[in-house]
Amino acid sequence: MELDFGPAVRDFRDELRDWLAEHLMGEFAEHRGVGGPTDGAAWEVRLAWDRELAAGNWLGVGWPREYGGRGLGLLEEIVFEYEYARANAPYRATGNALDLLGPMLLAMGSEAQKKRFLPPILSVEELWGQGFSEPGAGSDLASVRTRAERDDGGTSFEGTSRPIGVESGGEWVVNGQKVWTSFGIHADWLYVLTRTDPDSRRHKGLTMLLVPADQPGVEIRSIRNLAGQDEFAEVFLSDARTDADMVVGEVGQGWRTAMATLGIERGTTLLPQQLAFEREAEALIGLARERGALDDPMLRRRIVDAWISVRIMRTTNLRTIAELTAGRAPGPQATTAKLYASTRHQQLGHLAMELAGPAGQIVDEDYALDTRQRSFLLSLAETIYGGSSEIQRNIIGEQVLGLPKEPRP
Amino acid sequence: MDLTFSEEQDELRKVVRSFLTKHATEADVRRLAADPTGYDPVVWRRMATEIGLQGLAVPEKYGGSGFGYVDLGVVFEETGRALLCAPYFATVALAAETLLRCDDERARGDLLPGMASGETVATLALTEENGRWDEAGIRLTAHDKAGGWRLTGVKTYVLDGHLADLLLVAARTPSGISLFAVEAEAPGLARTPLPTLDQTRKQARVEFTNTPARLLGPEGAAWPALERTLATASVLLAAEQVGGAAAALDAAVEYARIREQYGRPIGSFQGIKHKCADMLVEIESARSAAYGGLWALDAGDETETAISAALAQAFCSEAFTKVAGDNIQVHGGIGFTWEHLAHLYLKRAKSSEVLLGTPSYHRELLAARLGI
Ligand SMILES: Cc1cc2nc3c(=O)[nH]c(=O)nc-3n(C[C@H](O)[C@H](O)[C@H](O)COP(=O)(O)OP(=O)(O)OC[C@H]3O[C@@H](n4cnc5c(N)ncnc54)[C@H](O)[C@@H]3O)c2cc1C
Repeated sequence: MELDFGPAVRDFRDELRDWLAEHLMGEFAEHRGVGGPTDGAAWEVRLAWDRELAAGNWLGVGWPREYGGRGLGLLEEIVFEYEYARANAPYRATGNALDLLGPMLLAMGSEAQKKRFLPPILSVEELWGQGFSEPGAGSDLASVRTRAERDDGGTSFEGTSRPIGVESGGEWVVNGQKVWTSFGIHADWLYVLTRTDPDSRRHKGLTMLLVPADQPGVEIRSIRNLAGQDEFAEVFLSDARTDADMVVGEVGQGWRTAMATLGIERGTTLLPQQLAFEREAEALIGLARERGALDDPMLRRRIVDAWISVRIMRTTNLRTIAELTAGRAPGPQATTAKLYASTRHQQLGHLAMELAGPAGQIVDEDYALDTRQRSFLLSLAETIYGGSSEIQRNIIGEQVLGLPKEPRP
Repeated sequence: MDLTFSEEQDELRKVVRSFLTKHATEADVRRLAADPTGYDPVVWRRMATEIGLQGLAVPEKYGGSGFGYVDLGVVFEETGRALLCAPYFATVALAAETLLRCDDERARGDLLPGMASGETVATLALTEENGRWDEAGIRLTAHDKAGGWRLTGVKTYVLDGHLADLLLVAARTPSGISLFAVEAEAPGLARTPLPTLDQTRKQARVEFTNTPARLLGPEGAAWPALERTLATASVLLAAEQVGGAAAALDAAVEYARIREQYGRPIGSFQGIKHKCADMLVEIESARSAAYGGLWALDAGDETETAISAALAQAFCSEAFTKVAGDNIQVHGGIGFTWEHLAHLYLKRAKSSEVLLGTPSYHRELLAARLGI
């Protein structure tokens, strides 16, 4: 099934194809297919590639022009992701800001925030980290304890110049700890879920703050993930400061703001991941053929099942995209897709490792992994981040099927 | 891109669902399951005359209304949901499709209008004692005698074979697999209903003894057409399986909301809640498998149809069985009774799993079609 949305979009697609053919060269081409939402491999090259994309004005295809985007529609965004994945270009290092923070600011940010923060995202001048999780608040995100207090004496801002340049007459002082911040060591800024009403409980009294990372009150230490990469980090906030107008949404309404970023993952962001899974499945079939594994009926069956899985992921995704582009509310498959994809991708990883045989046990110097090993190990994160599989099942059970909620304290 | 349903298709779904809610109630299903003929001729006629279900995807020139496969898929999803007891799958998904694919314009003109109008109940007789759905499984022979073709041999597991007015029969002639039409009244035709595990869908054994038959299409050239029919029917069966699974999940969810243990609805326990969530994941994935096939059919893409048909049967068969089994589990003891509907879905699931070939068989077909 090919996506085709008619002539106007076709021109856009051709322009993009030509551009990719011309620019995905040299070092960039060598890093085709590298990366993923949690893969820190080849960070510098990928960052350079993001800048190349930025120079071609390919980031933020759907964002308004006034903030540096192309001002095009959902169709073009989808076509972009699709062609991008088809070209197997390196996974964008700045995905976090592009897919999560940017849309959050577009939806709930102030005009000043949009003007200040969106253009440097699209030009890859500022990198962002998401500070939601805490040591004591993972799945139960509403139990965040990182505190933020107003300091209206407010002349002590120690960062660079005032971020927005508005005389705001105050600052926030932030204390607490965040953890599992993806690519946190690279972050220039953090968007942080904080508790601003010390007496509040759970979803109430939370506030979303934009906090500069480059200041004495912010310490970021990388944590090695199971693949040996410095991919995520822990963040210590000790009297960290940010300007009073760095609140996204309203004070006390941080939960709403957070949910807007964590809401149903749109088909556009799932699409590239699934095309990557497809490519893995194809490579696996090739490997199986080479090894003569297709003659083994048990393996053959698992290989066919792997193929079935990636095909189903793709159709599920296309259903969601078709609904979105038809202006319809996405059906339940938009919610079940993550659970299915993450589970099946892990099975694909196990199968690939089995086919690799003894060679799969050997790594390079400094624990350098090949694509297959990395993909297998990193797939273990897919059932944890972005809402673990158990939490996904709770969401499906309660929000889609309408089953009674779990008793809560 | 039409990977989503149109408003007309949503409307069609509503109409079919509301018709079936009235005319294929739980009581009807139980009554007809126990009845040897297995369907209600009055409802059958109303399906044809009031909403045109039999002729929905039959081209207008043969008396149908010329809708596409996505539309037909919507109907099968609903008949599956309702466990409709009627020779609908046999007539529409097997017999009408066979005619549409076989190279015989005259036969189409003669036979399709009756099916579209609901006057003719028809079926396809392909499987024999060996239970196979491939070319090699067809052994029944046809002889060209003075005065026309005659069939001798046995077909079995023939859907609604005991009541069909018209049987389309795959047989072997000296030049290969050929297709024949046999009238219900033909001499030398003996039909025995088979007691079925799934009582909501009847089957028969059909014996031919020198039975006169009409050759459809060129002699010896029927297999490709039959293969395409089976692919189409596989996709339509998948849609029916999705509907059945969705109904089973609805029942499980409804029960989980009201049944209490330990002072709480069982649906608030993760053991049950997560099971229901997993059922939905299966169903939505099965939907993708089935819809992919319907879209390929409407796009007229034969390679893609062949691939997605095998995929749909490999996946949707197991998904339905899994969900139907989980529905019984969620219901506990009551789910294990004859009185509760849950077992009817399980039995429908288990027998539709093998109706057009087992999931393993379809995996092999898929592998072959992909060159794996
Ligand atoms: C690779 C990676 C990148 C990440 N990046 C970021 C990031 O950039 N920013 C950020 O803020 N966070 C990030 N996270 C954190 C992620 O959101 C959390 O790990 C996730 O929400 C789970 O929280 P937890 O790790 O505290 O596990 P816990 O919540 O303690 O869960 C442990 C286990 O208990 C289960 N469990 C928990 N609650 C329930 C329940 N109610 N019912 C049933 N089972 C339950 C979970 O499913 C899990 O299996 C990242 C995580 C990973 C793995």
